[in-house]
Amino acid sequence: MAEVNHQILGEAIAEQFGRQVLSLEESYGTLDVVVDKSIIIPLIHWLKNHQTFKVNFLTSLCGVHFPEQKGRELSVVYHLHSLMNNIRFRIHVFLPASHPEIPTLTTLFAGANWMERETFEFYGIKFIGHPDLRIILNVEDMDYHPLLKQYPLVDATRTDKDDKYFGR
Amino acid sequence: MGLNTSKLPNGPEMYVGEGYGLTQIEKVIGLARANSIWPLPFATSCCGIEFMATMASTYDLGRFGAERLSFSPRQADLLMVMGTIAKKMGPVLKQVYTQMAEPKWVIAVGACASSGGIFDTYSVLQGIDKVIPVDVYVPGCPPPPEAILDGILKIQELIKNEPLRRRESAEYNDLLHSYQID
Repeated sequence: MAEVNHQILGEAIAEQFGRQVLSLEESYGTLDVVVDKSIIIPLIHWLKNHQTFKVNFLTSLCGVHFPEQKGRELSVVYHLHSLMNNIRFRIHVFLPASHPEIPTLTTLFAGANWMERETFEFYGIKFIGHPDLRIILNVEDMDYHPLLKQYPLVDATRTDKDDKYFGR
Repeated sequence: MGLNTSKLPNGPEMYVGEGYGLTQIEKVIGLARANSIWPLPFATSCCGIEFMATMASTYDLGRFGAERLSFSPRQADLLMVMGTIAKKMGPVLKQVYTQMAEPKWVIAVGACASSGGIFDTYSVLQGIDKVIPVDVYVPGCPPPPEAILDGILKIQELIKNEPLRRRESAEYNDLLHSYQID
Protein backbone atom coordinates (compact mmCIF):
# COMPACT_ATOMS: atom_id res chain seq x y z
CA MET A 1 0.00 0.00 0.00
CA ALA A 2 1.37 3.34 -1.03
CA GLU A 3 1.98 5.81 1.74
CA VAL A 4 -0.72 8.46 2.01
CA ASN A 5 0.60 12.00 2.20
CA HIS A 6 -1.01 15.42 2.14
CA GLN A 7 -0.60 15.76 -1.59
CA ILE A 8 -2.27 12.46 -2.44
CA LEU A 9 -5.08 13.17 0.01
CA GLY A 10 -5.63 16.72 -1.26
CA GLU A 11 -5.69 15.65 -4.89
CA ALA A 12 -8.15 12.87 -4.16
CA ILE A 13 -10.47 15.26 -2.33
CA ALA A 14 -10.27 17.78 -5.17
CA GLU A 15 -10.97 15.09 -7.74
CA GLN A 16 -13.94 13.67 -5.87
CA PHE A 17 -15.63 16.95 -4.95
CA GLY A 18 -14.47 19.30 -7.70
CA ARG A 19 -15.52 22.92 -7.49
CA GLN A 20 -16.98 22.62 -4.04
CA VAL A 21 -13.46 22.33 -2.67
CA LEU A 22 -12.67 26.02 -2.35
CA SER A 23 -9.01 25.83 -1.46
CA LEU A 24 -6.29 23.34 -0.63
CA GLU A 25 -3.06 24.30 1.01
CA GLU A 26 -0.48 23.09 3.43
CA SER A 27 0.11 25.30 6.46
CA TYR A 28 2.12 24.60 9.59
CA GLY A 29 2.81 21.12 8.26
CA THR A 30 -0.85 20.19 7.99
CA LEU A 31 -3.22 20.03 5.06
CA ASP A 32 -5.91 22.73 5.16
CA VAL A 33 -9.01 22.08 3.09
CA VAL A 34 -11.66 24.77 2.74
CA VAL A 35 -14.92 23.39 1.42
CA ASP A 36 -18.46 24.51 0.77
CA LYS A 37 -20.98 23.85 3.52
CA SER A 38 -23.08 21.63 1.25
CA ILE A 39 -20.47 18.87 1.00
CA ILE A 40 -19.13 18.79 4.54
CA ILE A 41 -21.02 15.67 5.60
CA PRO A 42 -20.61 13.79 2.28
CA LEU A 43 -16.90 14.65 2.32
CA ILE A 44 -16.27 13.37 5.84
CA HIS A 45 -18.46 10.34 5.14
CA TRP A 46 -16.42 9.61 2.02
CA LEU A 47 -13.13 10.04 3.88
CA LYS A 48 -14.25 7.82 6.74
CA ASN A 49 -15.35 5.01 4.47
CA HIS A 50 -12.55 5.38 1.92
CA GLN A 51 -10.67 2.12 1.39
CA THR A 52 -7.24 3.72 1.61
CA PHE A 53 -7.67 6.87 3.69
CA LYS A 54 -9.78 5.40 6.55
CA VAL A 55 -10.15 8.71 8.33
CA ASN A 56 -11.58 7.18 11.47
CA PHE A 57 -10.93 9.74 14.19
CA LEU A 58 -12.39 13.18 14.79
CA THR A 59 -9.73 14.88 16.91
CA SER A 60 -11.50 18.16 17.40
CA LEU A 61 -14.30 20.33 16.17
CA CYS A 62 -14.41 24.02 16.94
CA GLY A 63 -15.52 27.43 15.78
CA VAL A 64 -13.69 30.64 14.87
CA HIS A 65 -15.02 34.16 14.51
CA PHE A 66 -13.60 36.53 11.88
CA PRO A 67 -15.77 39.64 12.20
CA GLU A 68 -13.96 41.46 9.37
CA GLN A 69 -14.76 38.81 6.71
CA LYS A 70 -18.14 39.96 5.46
CA GLY A 71 -20.45 37.09 4.53
CA ARG A 72 -18.08 34.46 5.94
CA GLU A 73 -17.66 35.64 9.52
CA LEU A 74 -17.92 32.26 11.20
CA SER A 75 -15.86 29.18 10.60
CA VAL A 76 -16.22 25.59 11.74
CA VAL A 77 -12.96 23.66 11.80
CA TYR A 78 -12.83 19.88 11.77
CA HIS A 79 -9.55 18.26 12.81
CA LEU A 80 -9.45 14.75 11.39
CA HIS A 81 -6.96 11.96 11.86
CA SER A 82 -6.45 8.69 10.04
CA LEU A 83 -4.89 6.41 12.62
CA MET A 84 -4.06 3.74 10.02
CA ASN A 85 -2.19 6.17 7.77
CA ASN A 86 -0.98 8.39 10.62
CA ILE A 87 -2.06 11.51 8.80
CA ARG A 88 -3.86 14.57 10.14
CA PHE A 89 -5.59 17.40 8.37
CA ARG A 90 -8.10 20.20 8.86
CA ILE A 91 -11.33 20.98 7.07
CA HIS A 92 -12.75 24.50 7.25
CA VAL A 93 -16.25 25.62 6.44
CA PHE A 94 -17.17 29.30 6.41
CA LEU A 95 -20.64 30.48 7.34
CA PRO A 96 -22.29 33.91 7.27
CA ALA A 97 -23.04 35.35 10.72
CA SER A 98 -26.61 36.02 9.56
CA HIS A 99 -27.25 32.34 8.91
CA PRO A 100 -24.94 30.23 11.09
CA GLU A 101 -26.27 26.76 10.35
CA ILE A 102 -24.49 23.58 9.36
CA PRO A 103 -25.49 19.89 9.40
CA THR A 104 -24.45 17.92 12.44
CA LEU A 105 -21.56 15.47 12.33
CA THR A 106 -23.02 13.32 15.11
CA THR A 107 -24.43 11.04 12.41
CA LEU A 108 -20.85 9.98 11.62
CA PHE A 109 -18.93 10.57 14.85
CA ALA A 110 -20.74 10.28 18.20
CA GLY A 111 -17.84 12.23 19.70
CA ALA A 112 -18.97 15.30 17.80
CA ASN A 113 -21.91 15.65 20.18
CA TRP A 114 -20.28 17.62 22.98
CA MET A 115 -17.91 19.46 20.65
CA GLU A 116 -20.86 20.74 18.64
CA ARG A 117 -22.63 21.76 21.83
CA GLU A 118 -19.52 23.69 22.84
CA THR A 119 -19.25 25.34 19.42
CA PHE A 120 -22.92 26.27 19.59
CA GLU A 121 -22.43 27.69 23.06
CA PHE A 122 -19.47 29.89 22.21
CA TYR A 123 -20.31 30.97 18.64
CA GLY A 124 -24.05 30.40 18.23
CA ILE A 125 -23.49 28.02 15.31
CA LYS A 126 -26.55 25.79 14.95
CA PHE A 127 -25.86 22.18 14.08
CA ILE A 128 -28.95 21.00 12.21
CA GLY A 129 -29.99 17.52 13.31
CA HIS A 130 -28.00 17.54 16.56
CA PRO A 131 -29.83 15.37 19.14
CA ASP A 132 -29.49 17.77 22.07
CA LEU A 133 -28.10 21.19 21.22
CA ARG A 134 -27.90 22.76 24.70
CA ILE A 135 -25.01 24.77 26.10
CA ILE A 136 -22.54 22.63 27.99
CA LEU A 137 -19.79 24.58 29.76
CA ASN A 138 -21.06 27.90 31.08
CA VAL A 139 -23.79 28.66 33.58
CA GLU A 140 -27.15 27.38 32.33
CA ASP A 141 -28.69 30.85 32.03
CA MET A 142 -25.92 32.22 29.81
CA ASP A 143 -27.82 34.39 27.33
CA TYR A 144 -25.16 35.18 24.73
CA HIS A 145 -22.36 33.47 22.82
CA PRO A 146 -19.28 34.71 24.66
CA LEU A 147 -16.53 34.09 22.09
CA LEU A 148 -18.18 36.21 19.41
CA LYS A 149 -15.90 39.20 19.28
CA GLN A 150 -18.58 41.84 19.74
CA TYR A 151 -18.82 40.78 23.39
CA PRO A 152 -16.20 41.94 25.90
CA LEU A 153 -13.97 39.27 27.40
CA VAL A 154 -13.78 40.91 30.81
CA ASP A 155 -16.47 40.41 33.37
CA ALA A 156 -18.75 43.33 34.13
CA THR A 157 -18.71 42.53 37.86
CA ARG A 158 -14.96 43.07 38.29
CA THR A 159 -14.45 45.73 40.91
CA ASP A 160 -10.86 45.76 42.11
CA LYS A 161 -8.78 45.10 39.03
CA ASP A 162 -6.44 47.50 37.31
CA ASP A 163 -6.38 47.25 33.51
CA LYS A 164 -2.66 47.98 33.35
CA TYR A 165 -1.86 44.67 35.04
CA PHE A 166 -3.77 42.84 32.33
CA GLY A 167 -2.15 44.51 29.34
CA ARG A 168 -5.23 46.55 28.50
CA MET B 1 -3.83 36.98 99.72
CA GLY B 2 -4.11 38.81 96.39
CA LEU B 3 -5.20 37.67 92.95
CA ASN B 4 -2.46 37.45 90.37
CA THR B 5 -3.14 38.12 86.75
CA SER B 6 -1.53 35.71 84.35
CA LYS B 7 -1.62 34.97 80.65
CA LEU B 8 -1.42 31.62 78.98
CA PRO B 9 0.63 31.59 75.79
CA ASN B 10 -1.84 32.78 73.11
CA GLY B 11 -4.59 32.60 75.71
CA PRO B 12 -6.84 35.06 77.47
CA GLU B 13 -5.84 37.11 80.45
CA MET B 14 -7.02 35.52 83.69
CA TYR B 15 -6.83 35.88 87.44
CA VAL B 16 -5.10 32.86 88.91
CA GLY B 17 -5.07 31.54 92.41
CA GLU B 18 -4.26 28.23 94.03
CA GLY B 19 -5.48 25.63 91.53
CA TYR B 20 -7.89 27.82 89.56
CA GLY B 21 -8.04 30.53 86.97
CA LEU B 22 -10.75 33.12 86.53
CA THR B 23 -11.73 34.67 83.24
CA GLN B 24 -14.75 35.30 81.03
CA ILE B 25 -16.62 32.34 79.52
CA GLU B 26 -16.50 34.10 76.15
CA LYS B 27 -12.71 34.03 76.24
CA VAL B 28 -12.59 30.37 77.24
CA ILE B 29 -14.98 29.35 74.47
CA GLY B 30 -13.03 31.44 72.00
CA LEU B 31 -9.81 29.75 73.09
CA ALA B 32 -11.35 26.29 72.67
CA ARG B 33 -12.88 27.08 69.30
CA ALA B 34 -9.77 28.71 67.91
CA ASN B 35 -7.60 25.72 68.72
CA SER B 36 -9.92 23.03 67.43
CA ILE B 37 -10.93 24.27 63.98
CA TRP B 38 -12.32 21.66 61.60
CA PRO B 39 -11.52 23.02 58.16
CA LEU B 40 -13.42 22.09 55.03
CA PRO B 41 -10.99 22.28 52.10
CA PHE B 42 -12.75 23.48 48.95
CA ALA B 43 -9.74 23.05 46.69
CA THR B 44 -10.19 23.59 42.97
CA SER B 45 -6.67 24.24 41.65
CA CYS B 46 -3.04 25.01 42.43
CA CYS B 47 -3.78 26.68 45.78
CA GLY B 48 -5.16 23.29 46.79
CA ILE B 49 -1.74 21.77 46.09
CA GLU B 50 -0.17 24.34 48.42
CA PHE B 51 -2.78 23.39 50.99
CA MET B 52 -1.67 19.75 50.73
CA ALA B 53 1.82 20.91 51.63
CA THR B 54 0.35 22.95 54.48
CA MET B 55 -1.30 19.82 55.87
CA ALA B 56 1.76 17.62 55.41
CA SER B 57 4.59 17.05 57.85
CA THR B 58 6.89 20.03 57.20
CA TYR B 59 4.27 22.72 57.81
CA ASP B 60 1.72 20.56 59.64
CA LEU B 61 -1.50 22.45 60.16
CA GLY B 62 -2.16 19.95 62.97
CA ARG B 63 0.12 22.02 65.20
CA PHE B 64 -2.68 24.59 65.33
CA GLY B 65 -5.39 22.11 66.23
CA ALA B 66 -6.74 21.91 62.71
CA GLU B 67 -5.54 18.52 61.57
CA ARG B 68 -9.02 17.06 61.42
CA LEU B 69 -10.36 18.01 58.02
CA SER B 70 -14.08 17.76 57.62
CA PHE B 71 -15.30 16.72 54.22
CA SER B 72 -18.87 17.32 55.25
CA PRO B 73 -19.86 20.97 55.47
CA ARG B 74 -22.26 20.11 58.29
CA GLN B 75 -19.41 19.41 60.69
CA ALA B 76 -16.98 22.06 59.50
CA ASP B 77 -16.09 25.34 61.20
CA LEU B 78 -13.89 26.89 58.55
CA LEU B 79 -14.49 26.90 54.81
CA MET B 80 -11.16 27.16 53.02
CA VAL B 81 -11.72 28.15 49.40
CA MET B 82 -8.54 27.52 47.46
CA GLY B 83 -8.55 28.06 43.74
CA THR B 84 -10.44 29.50 40.82
CA ILE B 85 -14.21 29.47 41.24
CA ALA B 86 -15.97 29.50 37.89
CA LYS B 87 -19.36 31.17 37.82
CA LYS B 88 -20.95 27.77 37.36
CA MET B 89 -19.34 26.70 40.65
CA GLY B 90 -20.66 29.78 42.48
CA PRO B 91 -24.05 28.30 43.49
CA VAL B 92 -22.33 25.08 44.61
CA LEU B 93 -19.97 27.04 46.85
CA LYS B 94 -22.88 28.99 48.26
CA GLN B 95 -24.76 25.79 48.99
CA VAL B 96 -21.76 24.34 50.81
CA TYR B 97 -21.50 27.52 52.86
CA THR B 98 -25.21 27.45 53.66
CA GLN B 99 -24.96 23.85 54.87
CA MET B 100 -22.29 24.72 57.44
CA ALA B 101 -23.52 25.20 60.99
CA GLU B 102 -22.88 28.44 62.91
CA PRO B 103 -20.44 29.63 63.98
CA LYS B 104 -18.57 29.42 60.68
CA TRP B 105 -15.66 31.21 59.11
CA VAL B 106 -14.40 31.55 55.56
CA ILE B 107 -10.87 31.99 54.29
CA ALA B 108 -10.20 32.86 50.63
CA VAL B 109 -6.81 31.42 49.74
CA GLY B 110 -5.01 32.91 46.75
CA ALA B 111 -5.68 35.52 44.12
CA CYS B 112 -8.43 33.61 42.30
CA ALA B 113 -10.61 32.99 45.34
CA SER B 114 -10.00 36.56 46.50
CA SER B 115 -10.59 38.45 43.25
CA GLY B 116 -10.69 36.12 40.26
CA GLY B 117 -6.92 36.54 39.92
CA ILE B 118 -5.49 36.36 36.43
CA PHE B 119 -8.83 35.06 35.16
CA ASP B 120 -10.18 38.46 34.25
CA THR B 121 -12.92 36.93 32.17
CA TYR B 122 -16.66 36.42 31.84
CA SER B 123 -16.71 32.82 33.03
CA VAL B 124 -14.89 33.22 36.36
CA LEU B 125 -16.34 34.55 39.58
CA GLN B 126 -14.47 37.78 40.40
CA GLY B 127 -13.83 36.78 44.01
CA ILE B 128 -15.86 34.45 46.21
CA ASP B 129 -17.05 37.46 48.22
CA LYS B 130 -19.50 37.98 45.36
CA VAL B 131 -21.48 34.99 46.70
CA ILE B 132 -20.45 34.39 50.34
CA PRO B 133 -18.97 36.55 53.13
CA VAL B 134 -15.22 36.13 53.65
CA ASP B 135 -13.30 36.60 56.92
CA VAL B 136 -9.67 36.39 55.81
CA TYR B 137 -8.02 36.80 52.39
CA VAL B 138 -4.64 35.19 51.73
CA PRO B 139 -2.77 36.87 48.85
CA GLY B 140 -0.50 34.97 46.48
CA CYS B 141 -0.64 33.04 43.24
CA PRO B 142 -0.45 30.50 44.76
CA PRO B 143 0.36 31.51 48.33
CA PRO B 144 3.09 29.40 49.97
CA PRO B 145 2.18 27.25 52.99
CA GLU B 146 3.59 29.95 55.28
CA ALA B 147 1.02 32.40 53.94
CA ILE B 148 -1.81 29.90 54.38
CA LEU B 149 -0.67 29.29 57.97
CA ASP B 150 -0.61 33.04 58.52
CA GLY B 151 -4.20 33.18 57.25
CA ILE B 152 -5.18 30.40 59.67
CA LEU B 153 -3.55 32.31 62.56
CA LYS B 154 -5.53 35.40 61.55
CA ILE B 155 -8.71 33.29 61.60
CA GLN B 156 -7.74 32.02 65.07
CA GLU B 157 -7.41 35.61 66.28
CA LEU B 158 -10.86 36.40 64.90
CA ILE B 159 -12.32 33.32 66.59
CA LYS B 160 -10.69 34.08 69.93
CA ASN B 161 -12.02 37.61 70.00
CA GLU B 162 -15.48 36.97 68.62
CA PRO B 163 -18.29 37.98 70.99
CA LEU B 164 -20.53 35.05 71.85
CA ARG B 165 -23.62 36.87 70.61
CA ARG B 166 -22.15 38.03 67.31
CA ARG B 167 -24.05 35.43 65.26
CA GLU B 168 -27.35 36.69 66.65
CA SER B 169 -26.55 40.34 66.02
CA ALA B 170 -28.45 42.50 63.57
CA GLU B 171 -25.20 43.36 61.76
CA TYR B 172 -24.43 39.70 61.12
CA ASN B 173 -27.94 38.99 59.91
CA ASP B 174 -27.77 42.01 57.64
CA LEU B 175 -24.50 40.69 56.25
CA LEU B 176 -26.03 37.30 55.47
CA HIS B 177 -29.11 38.99 54.10
CA SER B 178 -26.98 41.02 51.71
CA TYR B 179 -25.85 37.68 50.24
CA GLN B 180 -29.44 36.37 50.16
CA ILE B 181 -28.55 33.76 52.80
CA ASP B 182 -31.16 33.33 55.54
